[in-house]
Amino acid sequence: MNFKHTYSNRKWVIFSFIISIFFIYIIRLLFLQVFDDQWDLKAKGNALRYLTDYPPRGLIYDRNGELLVSNTISYDLMVIPRKVKLTDSLMNELCTILSITPDDFMHRFNKAKAYSPYVASIFDRQISDETHGYIEERLHRLQGFYVQPRTLRKYLTSAAAHSLGYIGEVNYPEMEKNPYYKMGDYIGKTGIEKSYEEELRGIKGCQILMVDNLNREKGSFQNGRFDTAAISGKSLWSSLDKDLQEYGETLMQGKRGSIVAIEPSSGEILCLVTSPSYKPELLVGRERGRNYRKLEQDTFNKPLFNRALMAQYPPGSTFKLVNALIGQQEGVIDRNTRYSCHMGFAYGNRVLGCHAHASPADLVFSIQTSCNAYYCRTLKAILENRRVYKTTKEAYDAWHKKVLSLGFGQKFNSDLPYELKGNIPKSEYYDRYYGLNRWKATTIISIAIGQGEILATPVQLANLVAIIANKGYYYTPHIVKAIGHKDSLNTRFLEKHYVDVEEKYFFPIIEGMEKAATAGTVRSAAVPGIRIGGKTGTAQNPHGKDHSILVCYAPIDQPKIAISVIVENAGFGATWAGPIASLMIEKYLNDSIERKDLESRIINSILY
Amino acid sequence: MIKTTHKNIDWLLILLSVALIAIGWINIYSTTANDFTSFNFQANYGKQLIWIGSAIILALFTMVINYRFYPSFATPIYIIFTLLLLTVLFIGNTTKGATSWFGIGNIGIQPAEFAKYATCLLLARYVSDKDCDLTKSKHLFIALIIIIIPMIFILLQNDTGSALPFLFLIFALFREGLKSWILISGFTAIILFVLLVFLNQWIVVGIVSVILFTILWLFRKIKRNYPGVLLIYALIIVYIFSIETVYNKVLKDYQRARIETLFGKIEDAKGIDYNVIQSKIAIGSGGFFGKGFRNGTQTTLNFVPEQSTDFIFCTIGEEWGFVGSSFVLLLYALLICRIILRAEQQREAFVRVYGYCIAFIFFAHFTINIGMTIGLMPVIGIPLPFLSYGGSSLLAYTLMLFTFLNLDAKTNHWT
Repeated sequence: MNFKHTYSNRKWVIFSFIISIFFIYIIRLLFLQVFDDQWDLKAKGNALRYLTDYPPRGLIYDRNGELLVSNTISYDLMVIPRKVKLTDSLMNELCTILSITPDDFMHRFNKAKAYSPYVASIFDRQISDETHGYIEERLHRLQGFYVQPRTLRKYLTSAAAHSLGYIGEVNYPEMEKNPYYKMGDYIGKTGIEKSYEEELRGIKGCQILMVDNLNREKGSFQNGRFDTAAISGKSLWSSLDKDLQEYGETLMQGKRGSIVAIEPSSGEILCLVTSPSYKPELLVGRERGRNYRKLEQDTFNKPLFNRALMAQYPPGSTFKLVNALIGQQEGVIDRNTRYSCHMGFAYGNRVLGCHAHASPADLVFSIQTSCNAYYCRTLKAILENRRVYKTTKEAYDAWHKKVLSLGFGQKFNSDLPYELKGNIPKSEYYDRYYGLNRWKATTIISIAIGQGEILATPVQLANLVAIIANKGYYYTPHIVKAIGHKDSLNTRFLEKHYVDVEEKYFFPIIEGMEKAATAGTVRSAAVPGIRIGGKTGTAQNPHGKDHSILVCYAPIDQPKIAISVIVENAGFGATWAGPIASLMIEKYLNDSIERKDLESRIINSILY
Repeated sequence: MIKTTHKNIDWLLILLSVALIAIGWINIYSTTANDFTSFNFQANYGKQLIWIGSAIILALFTMVINYRFYPSFATPIYIIFTLLLLTVLFIGNTTKGATSWFGIGNIGIQPAEFAKYATCLLLARYVSDKDCDLTKSKHLFIALIIIIIPMIFILLQNDTGSALPFLFLIFALFREGLKSWILISGFTAIILFVLLVFLNQWIVVGIVSVILFTILWLFRKIKRNYPGVLLIYALIIVYIFSIETVYNKVLKDYQRARIETLFGKIEDAKGIDYNVIQSKIAIGSGGFFGKGFRNGTQTTLNFVPEQSTDFIFCTIGEEWGFVGSSFVLLLYALLICRIILRAEQQREAFVRVYGYCIAFIFFAHFTINIGMTIGLMPVIGIPLPFLSYGGSSLLAYTLMLFTFLNLDAKTNHWT
């Protein structure tokens, strides 16, 4: 036996040393691999690039299937700040490619870094095809940068800017409200783009790519197991008639105001003209921001203001139609009720004037000639109807309810964003203003003729004509006819809204409106060979000359189009609004204009 | 004769080494193959297959030689490889600052790996001599010289990593009678060094004093040698104050940085810890079951440097997860313990010492390499035996292990 075996026990020291190292390493691995998931996140950040697959946005057609809005492709240069190794050569190269200054470069870079060092931000948006190709070739040197394709809007009409709306990058509140949206995504900001955002946008897809340590793409991650395909946005068929819309905008050149046309049998809006307007393509592409600021700063023309939905005008004499309907429904007048008028309506020591016309007038004639006194008396009769209502307030509330049923004083909650509700004051308003029981019919007599506190939007006025054309009901005015498929119907708007006026009371009104067009105030709106019915309005307003208003529909026996025209500060309704309405109806029903002289006179008139 | 030889061969060791080589090749294939369809002998996985073939031939050759050859020729083998280490300094090729390999055709040979083998043989031969007594300074000195000569040459090649495993041969000397206090002082020195990275030297002096006086007080009934205690105390204090000079003057900047990043004292010093972070990301992201063969993103996409050589363990960690990597750890632990166990059963002192020597060479590589990939050791570039890509290391470790198997099979065991 060798004496060295006396040291044999030392093998245990050695074994325990080896085994403790083994266990230390096992425990370390356990923590690294099983308990701590930061490494996994870091690994994904290293090697995976999440490429968002943006679906093409839905197309928008007009009611006849003509394309209004389509898509075009563009490229954004994205940056993931953490992955960028900032060197002078990188900066110089990118500054040259993008033709920006180093200061600008640092500014953009720091902005992206402030948003998130790990998440991609847009470094330069909508780069040209040439720049795109150039960058794509040099990507391996531009670590942390990549190119993201996107779809942009392309407009095939220069009209209907407000109705179509525009898309823009999401802002923080929008991102907070809906986590679907990520920095740099586009979202509908106004118009159809906004109200049908969910249908139009489709669903983003995600493609996970692997990149190596030099930022070169190395194919899809696990053969695309976690990729999701983008789902294209649905196409929309707008109810707008492209030709009519464009024609309306042409007619409104040089004028302020709006034209709203509705198909009474469906509530579909045929045109929604607001003037002054802007060309929709101004709000696409790299110049979008600058153009938008320019439009926004034009406080004189306010091209971004959608008058058709947001301008609230005193409806003037067109509101007499409302009172004529409610008066009959309340039983205070009928078609034979006659009121005399001698240049106006005297109350207390005041007179609300009227123009010269035959007297006394019955209901039909009062509409035909637009007699002020007739409606003052009618309103007085409605509000002083003590057989039914104990107080003026009670009578007023009943009147108020019926006016609201005719679509005034409230929003339609249609697919038109940013509509305003006009104003039909509640009795409480007068209680506050004049004091409880301190007001009566004559106090508020101007609402009889659509002045005073009464305000209505052009779309509400067009809807009023549609109600008359339908003799007692309307469909919510809307601008999108079909979603996804041309012949599908927008199910949101199939419900008939009946008004609080019976059908029979519409006949005298219609008769008056038709007579107005043949031998009354609405003659200027007449279209040869087409029976139309209409009502003018001349709205006094604090902004200067009266607004010229006209509402009408045609043909009388089978209404196809109900229309409201407002030309601001243009005087009598018959003077400007009449011919414009006339031409619109001719255009829509006959598809061609025979009265070229009238047309060119209107187009060439500049009223501001 | 041959029959008995067969009986005595330790098939478990063969099985363990074959398993490690196979696992190594699978992972080298995973990181270096570009596609599955074709086989390329120019790619690393293809070359490694050729090396494995050569290793098998070498193993067979090693096994059939008469076992007496090894102790008898230990000295000439040692001299030859030491000379090779010297020549490589002058005519060798340089990679990453280290002049450590010969280029023969398109293959490179790293003599340092074979020098470990030679050193183990000579050390075993010397220490197993009946007259050798490691408690005697003269004998200990010679044993240390055997270890240190190749180390010096390797350090001169600027290849610190390859020199480090030689130090682990001290453990083999410990088994053969090296005085315990030498090992204890070694460990004390390492612990003090780590403390000094974090703490002011005066605080460390304070800690040492408190511990020393507590021990003296606890064992106050035992007779003590006061001048001895005082000497130890003085030596420790000298060590503490000299370490700063050594640390700042002798160590190179990158070595200091590696040590400081290891202890988290500096973060991302010019990307020095890039390797370690990427390595931890790769291993850590593997999770419990791993991402699966060829599904590792960090290793296949080159985020981890040296992923088929020094950082091969990252691929295992990422693609095979905790299950895979702890299995590999287990294989190594079994391999090392098995060698020691067989060595302990040897009647022949030479075989026992040799067994211990190679066990600790394996252990050194295992500890340093895996410790580095999981962030417990500073970055030191040495291969993982049998797993890493590379011909020299594979052949050298085959030589080491199969020489032991030959010796082990043909000599007598205690029963």
